[in-house]
Amino acid sequence: MARIEAEVGKPQGGFMKWVDDRFPFTETMKAHVTEYYAAKSFNWWYVFGVLAMVVLVIQLVSGVFLTMSYKPAAADAFASVEYIMRDVEWGWLIRYIHSTGASFFFIVVYLHMFRAMLYGSYKKPRELIWIIGMLIFFVLMAEGFAGYLLPWGQMSYWGAQVIISLFGAIPGIGEALVEFIRGDYSISDITLNRFFALHVIVLPLSLIALVFVHIVALHHVGSNNPDGIEIKEHKGPDGVPLDGVPFHPHHTSKDLVAIIVFLMAFTGVVFFAPDMGGYFLEHANFEPANMTATPEHIAPVWYYTPYYAILRAVPSKLWGFILFAIAVVLPLFLPWLDRARVKSIRYRGWIYKSALGIFVVTFVTLGWLGMQPAEGVYVMGARIFSFIYFMFFLLMPYYTTIDKTKPVPDRVTYHG
Amino acid sequence: MNEDDVDRIDRNRRHFLTVATAVTGAVGVGFVAVPFLSSLKPSARAQALGAPVEVPLGSIQPGEMIRVLWRGRLVFVLRRDEDMLARLQDAVPDLRDPNSEVADQQPDYTANETRSVKPEYLIVEGSCTHLGCAPLEDFDVRPSESWGGGFFCPCHGSKFDLAGRVYKGVPAPTNLRVPPHRFVRDDLILIGQDTGAA
Repeated sequence: MARIEAEVGKPQGGFMKWVDDRFPFTETMKAHVTEYYAAKSFNWWYVFGVLAMVVLVIQLVSGVFLTMSYKPAAADAFASVEYIMRDVEWGWLIRYIHSTGASFFFIVVYLHMFRAMLYGSYKKPRELIWIIGMLIFFVLMAEGFAGYLLPWGQMSYWGAQVIISLFGAIPGIGEALVEFIRGDYSISDITLNRFFALHVIVLPLSLIALVFVHIVALHHVGSNNPDGIEIKEHKGPDGVPLDGVPFHPHHTSKDLVAIIVFLMAFTGVVFFAPDMGGYFLEHANFEPANMTATPEHIAPVWYYTPYYAILRAVPSKLWGFILFAIAVVLPLFLPWLDRARVKSIRYRGWIYKSALGIFVVTFVTLGWLGMQPAEGVYVMGARIFSFIYFMFFLLMPYYTTIDKTKPVPDRVTYHG
Repeated sequence: MNEDDVDRIDRNRRHFLTVATAVTGAVGVGFVAVPFLSSLKPSARAQALGAPVEVPLGSIQPGEMIRVLWRGRLVFVLRRDEDMLARLQDAVPDLRDPNSEVADQQPDYTANETRSVKPEYLIVEGSCTHLGCAPLEDFDVRPSESWGGGFFCPCHGSKFDLAGRVYKGVPAPTNLRVPPHRFVRDDLILIGQDTGAA
């Protein structure tokens, strides 16, 4: 009918129809927003994906404005950051937003990952979503690392020195690889210049591309839910999942509340504790880089410290590097390490619940140990907790098999 | 397309063409990658700035150490006094590589007991062989800790003796690296170049 009317020459549907004939705008909005059905039983653990997107935007916008005043050269970098802090109007705010955003990015992403572990969101059919998500995490680690060199402070310089030196542990090609990464015989102006390029172009572009693919995969299989059941298995006569509600306006309005709460915490840190007592901005970094003296106490920013503790726990350079790399990559294999028949923690037995609890304690403790000096009891503690960290993953195929699970309901439930 | 046409498709030939195109393309990508990857190597300027540096030794008193930069890397120049040299033997049982057997860590002409050209002067890179922090000098002798003086890395606790030799049981795998160097005169060394040495 519509086509016949259109043929007699009367414009129908106005501007949006004109667009939709040329670009699937309405169709895309429906598929991904207004008619993307996610479980109505989402709890507050489900806000961190959206919050991660919010932080990404915050970082992109504040980052663009910082590049307009920052100079990526060893002779100028430290001074240009001070210039931003003192002479650029509102420069201090933009910089603190960016530096605080880095830490909040990791807070949000760690909680987002933990949510997946709570409700088995990585299990079939969402393995690829998890793998893409882990790739996002790796790129994010690289992004944070590259960004940390840019202020060219003492911690920037020596932190980069330690992490780049890690690659020197690779037998045979190590030294050549380190020189290739630095582009010089030591960390220099050249290294800073290329880290700037990585930080503002290569890695953010990769990040955006990966986030896009992450969401495409998510919307293809559908979001998980706190019960770990597939809402697509129970559809109404209209083909809509009975337990699903449209992402917009239902989940967006709930997410908006989360965003507001998040921004309250975020601005609270930006205005009242931008260095967070040395955890978000390390004090040694308020001194310009000095090639002749390492700071007395050197530790990476808090979001790397769990892995750093594992690195330091090993009294061998090569094995420290290997275990460090394995620790970072190991969660990638969760979809296949976890053999439980149920997804959600709600229907798992005491073994997995205890294991996950121990894992959280272990991860936080490793993070704390990674900030302590590498001596005596701290090293011993790091060894014990590193062992538990690896056992959580390596024993998982066993303990998730023997763990008793409860029957899973057909439809979503509410647990308050 | 009728059925006769379908029958006439030479699938072997099609497969060959597909593979040939892919391989040619891959080789092309490989060639184009060379200039891009090579652009990331140390540039001509970086290499020029990495030229050897002269270090006068005249003002260093026995037992004193100075720090110089060569290629942006920290180099320690330590003038060891007689006590220090005498103590080098004491640490040997606790060292991982007392005889400088790891060839990459020093030029042949310093693979000796003192790891130096002239026993008095130790020239080593001030970069811990673990993860590259700058070790701190700790020349005080503390017999209670069986410490005869040396270097201590504040980052991860590696220890080295007064010849830059690494102790056992620390994360650093090898001795501190001795850069190529030669004596131009008795009181002048050139770090970064050893050709033309006597």
